[in-house]
Amino acid sequence: MDIKIETRNLNLYYGAFHALKDVTIQIKPQSITAIIGPSGCGKSTLLRCFNRMNELIGGVRIEGDILLDGKDIHRQGINLTRLRQRVGMVFQRPNPFPLSVADNVSYGLRVHGVRNGISVPEVVEHSLRATFLWDEVKDKLDSPALALSPEQQQRLCISRVIAIEPEVLLMDEPCSALDPIATGHIEDLMRDLAERYTIVIVTHNMQQASRVSSDSAFMLLGELIEFGPTLHIFENPSDKRTEDYVSGHYG
Amino acid sequence: MKQDRFIAFILLMLALSALSGLVLITVFIFKEGLPLILQTGFRDFFLSSDWDPKGEHFGILSMIVGSLAVTVGAMAIGAVFGLGMAIVLTQFCPPGLVSILKPLIELLAGIPSVVYGFMGVVTIVPLIRNHLGGPGLSVLAASIVLGIMVLPTVTSISVDALKAVPRAYWEGSVALGATKWQTTHMLMLKAARSGILAAIILGMGRALGETMAVIMVAGNALEIPGSPLDPVRTLTSNIALEMGYATGRHREALFATGVTLFVFIMIFNTTALAISRRSAGKGGGR
Ligand SMILES: Nc1ncnc2c1ncn2[C@@H]1O[C@H](COP(=O)(O)OP(=O)(O)OP(=O)(O)O)[C@@H](O)[C@H]1O
Ligand SMILES: [Mg+2]
Repeated sequence: MDIKIETRNLNLYYGAFHALKDVTIQIKPQSITAIIGPSGCGKSTLLRCFNRMNELIGGVRIEGDILLDGKDIHRQGINLTRLRQRVGMVFQRPNPFPLSVADNVSYGLRVHGVRNGISVPEVVEHSLRATFLWDEVKDKLDSPALALSPEQQQRLCISRVIAIEPEVLLMDEPCSALDPIATGHIEDLMRDLAERYTIVIVTHNMQQASRVSSDSAFMLLGELIEFGPTLHIFENPSDKRTEDYVSGHYG
Repeated sequence: MKQDRFIAFILLMLALSALSGLVLITVFIFKEGLPLILQTGFRDFFLSSDWDPKGEHFGILSMIVGSLAVTVGAMAIGAVFGLGMAIVLTQFCPPGLVSILKPLIELLAGIPSVVYGFMGVVTIVPLIRNHLGGPGLSVLAASIVLGIMVLPTVTSISVDALKAVPRAYWEGSVALGATKWQTTHMLMLKAARSGILAAIILGMGRALGETMAVIMVAGNALEIPGSPLDPVRTLTSNIALEMGYATGRHREALFATGVTLFVFIMIFNTTALAISRRSAGKGGGR
């Protein structure tokens, strides 16, 4: 079986606090994997391991392996810029930069250097089309991104990542700042994107996880309690704690 | 309750008297200076560099040029180093170090200007005289001394502007693979643009208004400088140097110089205020 991202006995400490405990997980390519669990269980922490965002915080120690396409992302000499190009991230609160719409989308291109033969306006259009934002913003490419609606801003942030052709999309509660209709739109978009990208989504919303994901991981207090097909996790969990959580007995 | 109202009344009175003090000073300066400008005529006052109080010639062009030259020079130095320090402090320094270094830099603002002037006279002036030529007392010397003096202002306000940029922007950029330096110049400087501009303009106001240190290192010659190595007299220096013995029309002319300075500084400060207001309105989003 194909595996895109894999962790082996991953432990993470914020100073003395043990935030991830022996997490071993295998994430399939071109599918949506949901990470669920109560607040503070380490979902975001796990997600941020995959593009090495945790090490921007002081005092973080990581043990164990994280493999992308079978290769350790902590190996000597790995190109961090390239890793983050391959593994893109969408944040909980839409965070478009205080630049124009077009400059937001082309930001990553400019970061990685525009290769010869690539037309920036074409990439901008293509990336905005991929999130179905193009028709709404094609006349306001030069206006400030902060003037868009929250949903449009989140789409823009997804376009911004897509513009640099990632392989993996990490999404940390991408809909929690959006209303139900906008949430539905973003979920449709995720299903569409899953045909090309490996998507890992953190969500508090049980229905969302069951609607969009093919695999689900349930975490509790830094431990990965159960991981498997979403249907199995929700209908017939093997662990009592998972059952309690998905049936709503936990916060 | 009654006590509260009493205290509020006292505070209001104090605030009003401070404000009226400012208004009185302003009115006084304009009342003393404006008539002379009108009598002399705008042309002969602002566009002539013939300053000869005994002969009743009051042209301040050379001093306006002197003030502007010194201010621009100071800002070239102050902006580059101040902004550079702000970038290093906010983007490339552990936060712990910043909380030590920033107050230290702000402490520099507390050193009396005569000390800066003195340091300039004993170090920078001879350096310029021996290595670049000229009398040493010059536009360049004043620019360097003033550039150092405005560093705390420029650095401290720029640091605040850069720190006010939401961390989410920074994270978003880094997550796209940008290096710290790319994030700084492609995003942070743009996001903090108005605050940085305000810092520079406030620094300009300080440089333009500084007197003591400039008198000590600028040479005070009443001529339009031909090169950065020439001595100059600024508007502030002129007032300070001649106030002691000026009487009659001469004294009025010095007040008129003050009016000119006042207007310049008002323009700088309102520009800075307008810029930071605009950014507050815009950045209020998220
Ligand atoms: N920078 C940090 N320093 C210290 N502890 C942290 C840090 N970030 C997170 N933690 C702790 O690590 C644990 C896991 O945090 P994490 O943000 O991964 O949880 P989460 O599952 O994403 O929660 P939520 O659902 O609220 O987003 C929490 O107990 C949190 O307090
Ligand atoms: Mg989280």
